[in-house]
Amino acid sequence: MKSVCMYFHVHQPFRVKHYTAFDSGNDHNYFYVNDNESKTNNENVLRKVAQKSYRPTNKKLLELLHRHPEVRFSMSISGTIIEQLEKWDKETLESFKELVKTNRVEIVGETYHHSLAFFYSREEFETQVRMHEEVISRVFNKKPQIFRNTELAYNNDLAYWADKAGYKGILAEGWDPILGWRSPNYMYRPAYTDNIRLLLKNYKLSDDIAFRFSDRNWAEWPLTASKFAHWLNAGEENEQIINLFMDYETFGEHQWEDSGIFEFLNHLPNEFLRREGNSFLTLSEAIEKFEPVDKVDVPNTLTWADTERDLSAWLGNAMQQEAIKAIYSLQDKIYKSEDLALIEDWRKLQTSDHFYYMCTKWFNDGDIHAYFSPYESPYEAFMNFMHVVNDLKFRLVEKGVSL
Amino acid sequence: MKILMLGWELPPHNSGGLGVACYKMCKALAEQGVSIQFVLPYEHNQKINFMNVKSADDEAIVSVDNSYGVYDSHSYLIKTHAGAKGHRSLHEQRMVYENGVEKLVESLEFDIIHAHDWITFSGAMKAKVRTGKPLVLHIHATEYDRAAGGQGNPMVRDIEYNAMIMADKIVAVSDITKQIIVREYSIPEDKIEVVHNSIDIADTYCYDCGENDYKYLDAMKRSGYRVVASIGRLTIQKGLINLLEAIKLAVGKNPKILLLIVGSGEQYFELVSKSAELGISENVIFADFQRGKRLRDAFRIADLFVLPSVSEPFGLTALEAIGYGTPSLVTYQSGVKEAVNNFLRVDFWDAKEMANKILSIAEFDSLRDELHENSFKEYKKLSWAKSAGKLIDIYKQYNVGVNA
Repeated sequence: MKSVCMYFHVHQPFRVKHYTAFDSGNDHNYFYVNDNESKTNNENVLRKVAQKSYRPTNKKLLELLHRHPEVRFSMSISGTIIEQLEKWDKETLESFKELVKTNRVEIVGETYHHSLAFFYSREEFETQVRMHEEVISRVFNKKPQIFRNTELAYNNDLAYWADKAGYKGILAEGWDPILGWRSPNYMYRPAYTDNIRLLLKNYKLSDDIAFRFSDRNWAEWPLTASKFAHWLNAGEENEQIINLFMDYETFGEHQWEDSGIFEFLNHLPNEFLRREGNSFLTLSEAIEKFEPVDKVDVPNTLTWADTERDLSAWLGNAMQQEAIKAIYSLQDKIYKSEDLALIEDWRKLQTSDHFYYMCTKWFNDGDIHAYFSPYESPYEAFMNFMHVVNDLKFRLVEKGVSL
Repeated sequence: MKILMLGWELPPHNSGGLGVACYKMCKALAEQGVSIQFVLPYEHNQKINFMNVKSADDEAIVSVDNSYGVYDSHSYLIKTHAGAKGHRSLHEQRMVYENGVEKLVESLEFDIIHAHDWITFSGAMKAKVRTGKPLVLHIHATEYDRAAGGQGNPMVRDIEYNAMIMADKIVAVSDITKQIIVREYSIPEDKIEVVHNSIDIADTYCYDCGENDYKYLDAMKRSGYRVVASIGRLTIQKGLINLLEAIKLAVGKNPKILLLIVGSGEQYFELVSKSAELGISENVIFADFQRGKRLRDAFRIADLFVLPSVSEPFGLTALEAIGYGTPSLVTYQSGVKEAVNNFLRVDFWDAKEMANKILSIAEFDSLRDELHENSFKEYKKLSWAKSAGKLIDIYKQYNVGVNA
């Protein structure tokens, strides 16, 4: 008997356009560009990803929900992408709503702006969580019971906060150094908490789909649904849950349609449910069903990224640190301006992707193909961002807020 | 294997990067067992022990007092052993070289002719006709580059074209140059191989660090100024007018920016008056041609090195800058961007974007430091030995002189 929790994360940032020192003070429009060729044209990116990934995946999953009454899964959908869908692609947003309406798709809470605010400002963080809650309630008529922080960035403090905030569960990476000999395939309790449960990603099985699926150099290529179902069944008999967490864009965007990823998805429920007693669960259902076996102590921040599983991809270099410091040091002045447009622009600049684009890790090895970014280099990302921050300062001064 | 290397200059008698590149390349080749006879148009009085340097001039010039190298058409002031003085034009000098090479090959033993840039090519063609040995042309710059994307001197173009047709293999110092050879000279791609110039970490070893010779700039930096440097010949190919336009724009936003220009050339007066016209004379410091400590200090004092070239086959100075602790802004039209990723880049004509990047470096020290730190990681992996290895692979295609 195996239970699988599938959890998908849906997000797009508002990318900053090419923005120079000469634009600061002149152009207050950071996220919209007319140029159709530009990789920072957020509308174009959204339409492209919707066409390649969101629509076909929603369609396939809805079909599976109809075909197999046992299928259920969970997803988080950031405020910034909901905003983009409402602006540019209502039809795709409707297809997300269709999924949620089945009541077998659980929505997970997070920050509206997909930010790292938890580590810089508790006040701002809580505001963004509330904003996300509001948009989820308005669009999907749901209230999240489970929390995931941006990039799955997790530590004891976050679990403590989420526990106090009343969440039933929280998500993190099932990373060996924090688990030791233990397996991620059980329910856990975060250290120093009372009620909340910790669900840990099985990164090996998750990444088989998310990262390795179309890799022809991988010994297991091609990965079929029956082979994967066999792996799901292969673990210890008494283990509780297998948490498959991944970006939603895995389907159709990271793994292209011609890799067979949709066929894989199509056959997975059938292959997995073939064995009697196997089930799919939402995160909340898993928490209802299983008692925690142990507590997990995570004093240092853990994420789901890179081999380091830390925040170094976002905050590892001097530029990233200068940029995030520049943003959060403006907080009180931004609040004081009471200029809603300014406050919202400031929040959109907190989205973690901006800092990720400034990461130089991959750029060094000559392996620039590993640099996933709309910019030519991390330096371009930094310069655009910092000149925009200067413009925020300009607007503050215009508003009469002294810096 | 034995190589007949035809070159125009070697340090310290060099006017630019060509002499340095030839010297470093030959040294690395020699270290990998290649035996080299290097033919110069003059008698080289500096000691070189890794190859045999010969003069092609049978009039036995003891010194060329006024060599402007391959780039200018000034006359050569010569002095022979007999003591007589005379003038030669660049083309007369080229003819002397051509005839000298033709004579020399009769007595020299070699497997392959390897010639560097157009001015040696007429001699190289003669050598190939005489001996039937394979000819490898090494293109450090074409007439197209020197004329900043224009037609240039048709006679020079003819020499280049004829030699390219006649050559067995063409080595380009960058893919940009390879594409120019394909496009401008109609040479098929498969005849051309790219071997990047390089640098060795010891080349930029700073044994006389300490107080910088540019004391004024040093003091200004301490009072919050930022220094941008450009080092190279003052000639249209280098795109300095656009850099001045960029500095004008940048200074308009941040007056604490200074530009240090090191080099000499025919554009000097034009650049001085252009700076005045733009009203930035106080921000632009011309420091003439420099060698030694003053050259190293120019790299060291800068917060940003700019290579603004309109058409730059390689651009070794951008690598040297990294070695001296300074990150670079290079144009997309520069080959050096193929060797290192961690540069800021800009189109040569885009003064506004150039200014944007100069302003960014001036404002954000983290950008400067991060850029340098990462470019230095790449820099440390570069070596002439790797480039020499690629040349040896090319030589081996001719199946000559390889130790079995």
